[in-house]
This record gives sequence, C-alpha cells and structure tokens, in this order.
Amino acid sequence: MMIDSLIGSRTEVIDSAGSKGAIVLMTRIRLARNLANTPFPGWAKPEQRHQVLEACLPALVQLDQMKQGFSAEMTGLSDLEKLILMERHLISRELSHAKENAGVVISRDQSCAIMINEEDHLRIQVLRGGYHFKKVWSGIDTVDSALESSLDYAFAPELGFLTACPTNVGTGMRASAMMHLPALVISGQMEKVVRAVNQLGIAVRGLFGEGSDASGSIFQISNQTTLGESEDEILKRLAQVLNTVIEQEMNARERILEKDSGKLYDKIGRAFGILQNSHLLTSAEAMNLLSLIRLGVDLKAFPEAMRTTVDRLFIECQPGHIQYHASKTIDGVERDHFRAGYLRAEFEKTARPDFRRVNNEL
Amino acid sequence: MGKSIKCDHCSKPATVHLTQIVNNQIHKVDLCEDCAAAKGVTDPSGFSLADLLLKGGEGAAAATAVAGLVCTQCGFTQSDFKKTGRLGCPSCYEHFQPLLKPILANMHKGDSHTGKVPHLSLKRRSYSERLAHLQQELDKAIQGERYEDAAGFRDEILTVKRSMEEES
Repeated sequence: MMIDSLIGSRTEVIDSAGSKGAIVLMTRIRLARNLANTPFPGWAKPEQRHQVLEACLPALVQLDQMKQGFSAEMTGLSDLEKLILMERHLISRELSHAKENAGVVISRDQSCAIMINEEDHLRIQVLRGGYHFKKVWSGIDTVDSALESSLDYAFAPELGFLTACPTNVGTGMRASAMMHLPALVISGQMEKVVRAVNQLGIAVRGLFGEGSDASGSIFQISNQTTLGESEDEILKRLAQVLNTVIEQEMNARERILEKDSGKLYDKIGRAFGILQNSHLLTSAEAMNLLSLIRLGVDLKAFPEAMRTTVDRLFIECQPGHIQYHASKTIDGVERDHFRAGYLRAEFEKTARPDFRRVNNEL
Repeated sequence: MGKSIKCDHCSKPATVHLTQIVNNQIHKVDLCEDCAAAKGVTDPSGFSLADLLLKGGEGAAAATAVAGLVCTQCGFTQSDFKKTGRLGCPSCYEHFQPLLKPILANMHKGDSHTGKVPHLSLKRRSYSERLAHLQQELDKAIQGERYEDAAGFRDEILTVKRSMEEES
C-alpha cells in the first residue's frame, strides 16, 4: 500500500458514531515491547538497531492485521508525510525525528500501527473511533500474542515487560481516550477535573494544545502507571474515571442549557457563521469553531451525520493535512487562508443550526 | 512579584509548571518553554511527568544513595541513566536494581507485575537455554570420550527438540 492511498483513505479516528462516541472520540491502547538480550533503541549501536529492524519487520508484515498494509522506514518518508502520520496518531513525534533503522507498519484500515525502534523496539498501537476499550484491548492482545509467537520479548517474571523507560515497565500499556469536553471548558471546570483525575494517577492532556483550554476542547485521558496492576485492572480503573468525566460533561451541558442557553446558541451560531464566511483561520481557531459545531450536533441543532464531517475536519485542519490538500508546502498565513477556504467549501451547503430541536434532557 | 522560578533542566525562567499526584505523593516540575517542547510536554503523542521527575527529584536522590552502578551486559552507567531517564538494555533492570527499586515503588501502583505473561516467548527461551546447555555437555562428553554419557545427552537433545516442535 502506498502512502498516497493511505492518506487518501479515511482514518479510523473519525468513525465515532454512537452515543458515548458523542464525548469519546477515540480509544487507543499502546504496548511497549522489547526484544530479549538486545540494547534498547536509544542505547543500541546502529548495527544493533539494524538487526532489530531486520528481525521485526518481517514478523510485523506477516501479521493477519497487516495484510495489504503500509510499511516504511522513516528515512523513506518526507517531512510532510511524517507530519500527516503524526496528525493521524499513527506515529509519534519521537519516531518522526528518528534517523536510521526506524520504521512503521500500519494496517490497511489504519486501526493498528506498530513503530519499530522508537523509544522501545516495538510500540504496538490499536485505535478505534468511539469508546471501545474492550474491543481495542482484545485487538491489541491478539496482535501482541501473534508477535510473541515469533519474537523473544524481554520479560522478567517480577517486573513484567522490560522497557527503556521505567515508567512503562510491567504491562507496558498506555490506554487512552480522546474526549470532547466543551461544556467543562466553557463553564471553567476543566482545571478542577484535571486536578481530581490526576490524583487518581490518571493523566489528562490537551490533545491539540496545552492546559485546561486546549484548542477544540479535546483532551486525552490515560493511565499513568503500568506496574502492580493487570491490564484489566488498569482499564477498569481508567474506565471508571472516564465515565465520571462523561457524567460531569453531561451535567455541565445541562446546567448551561438551563441557565444560559441563549449564550450557548449564540456561540454555536457565531462559530457556524465564521466557518461559512471567514478567509483566514489558524488551526487553533478552526478547532475551537469545529468543537462548537460538534456540540451543536450533540444538541441536535445540526443533523447527526455532521459529526463525522466535524471529526474528519479536526484532523484535516492540522498543518500537515492542509499542506497535503493544498498539494504544496505553504507557510502560516497562506495555510490559514487555505484552511478558511477549505472550511468555507465544507460548510457552504450546511443548513443553519436549528435550536428548536434542542432536547433539554440531552 | 517573587523571584521567578528557574527551569529544572536549564537555568532559564520556567514558564511551564506541572504538578501531579501519584499515590498521594506530590510531584512538581518547572520547565522553560524550550525544555517543555524538547521533553514533549506539548507533544500530543505523549509525555509523562514521571520521565521528567526521574531526571530531577527522586532519580537524583536515589542516585546519591547508590553510587556508580554499571550494567555489565551493555555498559550503561548510572550517570547515563541520570542523564537520559532511560535504561540501556533489559539486563539494566537487574544491574540497577538497588537504584530502581525505590523509583519504581514511588512511580507505580505496586512493585511487581501481575499482568500478561508471554508464555510462548518464555518457553522458547527456556528450551533454547536448555538446548545450549545440553550441547555443551555433549561436546564435553565427546571430548572426554565418555560415549555413554554423550549418547544420553544426544537423546535428551532430541527429546527437547521434539517437544519444541510439538508445541510450535
């Protein structure tokens, strides 16, 4: 599979239909794995890194999940291609900076991606649109077990899977949910939520920006500890926290509708107006506007089908995707110009939000 | 305004302040914008406060308590660990055990693994270790002209190989 057809096809990320998908955009799990008796990538000599790549690539490509997938060494990808893969959450920033002997294998549907010689020899990732920890875990568990049948993992009975960084040792698992939390942001409660969640050993980060006013009101919530609990226990604990956050967001929405629905409708209406008419949009502003449209969909002011469009646009508004669609490398202002045009075209035929259909019960 | 806080990694003024509580322990890190970017604090693909802490607080404290450890397998030293917050190879976990034990206990929910076990991988490794050992014994027996022993080892090697094949 060529990178063009990969970029041309829709990513798994934007398929978040379903009720909880309204708040959880995407679930993903990654496992850090290393080969036994082999130095970790950061300390390995170039020839050792090369051996790891040579040992892993064939094993990965042969996986059932990777049939007709995409695989590449980092040196074979352009900066723009790497940026696009990053914006789709298929590779990390660290891997995109890697020099020789680093690579990635991506499944055809882009739900599974395995990085080679990132911080660990293998970083296996499975992601799905919506809220699906069970499915994602069973998917990644299968991939991991299949790999284990041909690769010798570094594992110690006492400490579990051995990883380059002690923060990942044990299960080597980081599970995360990408959540859309506009009402908590609008009502100024996000900081409180972040603090509470952090106390439970769960990390919250803005996905496209920092702090409690991350652009697009999209946050990534993930487990922070990997040793001392089984995968199941970690996922259960994380899910409990996520469910509480979902509840808080729903309550915040209800309160805003009760107290100040006019102000909220105004925000959504203005966002719609700007998307239809602006000529310069930064990615941060675009994300915030799209976030309000998405909230509008949740409130039934826009048709449900709009959600998939918005989720796609969240990604297509990122700098790499903008340049890909512009078919050339363009700088900041030109990009903002192109982005605004792209969004104008997308929203040109969209009907105005109809707030008569807002259901106060949500 | 009070004295400005300096970055934990360089001495520039810190503008990014992170606080996290794990197991009721408060961890704080202050970073300048450059270091925050370099450490991936602004990186959507993941950063962990524990990584940052490793280099400053606990890592440093533990490091002074246990001086000059080195991994005989890969040559990684304790100061390499302090510098990078990463380990050199899987064996480092054994060689740096006195240093790592308190760090891990502080960082995680517990100090021993209770999750998934790669049974196939482990079995394969124990088989190949067993085979290597038997082969050595066989060679020794042949050299010492202990042919009866050698035949015994040869049979045993065959048995191990057969059960390996059966299981794969």
